[in-house]
Amino acid sequence: MKILYFAWVRERIGTGEEDVEVPATVTTVAQLIDWLAMRSDAHAAAFADRDRLRAAVDQAFVSLDAPIGAAREVAIFPPVTGG
Amino acid sequence: MIRVLVSSAPIDLAAELERLEVGGAVATFTGLVRADKVAGRGDVAVLELEHYPGATEAALTRLLDQAVTRWALTAASVVHRVGAMRPGERIVFVGTASAHRAAALEACAYLIDRLKTDAPFWKRETVAGEARWVEARDSDDAAAARWGA
Repeated sequence: MKILYFAWVRERIGTGEEDVEVPATVTTVAQLIDWLAMRSDAHAAAFADRDRLRAAVDQAFVSLDAPIGAAREVAIFPPVTGG
Repeated sequence: MIRVLVSSAPIDLAAELERLEVGGAVATFTGLVRADKVAGRGDVAVLELEHYPGATEAALTRLLDQAVTRWALTAASVVHRVGAMRPGERIVFVGTASAHRAAALEACAYLIDRLKTDAPFWKRETVAGEARWVEARDSDDAAAARWGA
C-alpha cells in the first residue's frame, strides 16, 4: 500500500511517500496510523496528536475510523488551509 | 465549461475572465497573498502552498460540478496557485457565469467557502526567515457549513 504524507506530517516523518505491507489485522485508518507510528520515533512524533490528523483513502477524504479495505493509496495530513 | 487549474504559474486574470463570458452574468473572487503581521515575529515575506496532486484536482472538479448543478451555471472556474508566492500575488481565482447575477454571485461565494475546507492545500508562511505551517481556522469550517452538504 502506498502511504502519502503532506505538510508538517511529511516534514516530521522525513519523507512524503512510502510503500508498506500492511498486516491483515489493520483494517481502519486509525489502526493504520497506530501501526505506522511504530515504524520510527519520527512517525510516532508526527502522529502524536490524532485530533490534528486528517486522511484520504484512494484520494477521497474520510474520517479516521473509516475502513482502508483494499486501498492502493492512503494519505495522512493536517487539516487543510488553502484558498 | 468547467475549468480546474492547479499550477505554479502566475494567474492571468484577463484570460480567466474571458473564458467565463458565456452567459449574461459573470462573478469572480480573487485571493491575494497578504503581508500579514504575525505577533512578535514580523510580516509574512513568503507564502508556500503545498497540495495533493490528483486529489486536489478531483476535489475541485467535484465542487464545480456541484455548483454548476445547484445554480445552473453556464461556466465555472477555479485556478489555484501552488509553490512559493510573495505578498500581493494572486493565490486563487474563482469565477462563475450564469444567465442572471444572483446565481453567479451565490455560486462564487459557495465555491470559495467550500474550497477552503474541501480541497487538500496547505499553507506555510515564512516570517523573519522562519517557516511555519498555517493552522486551520474554525471560521473557515463555519463558512463552509452554511452551504449545507
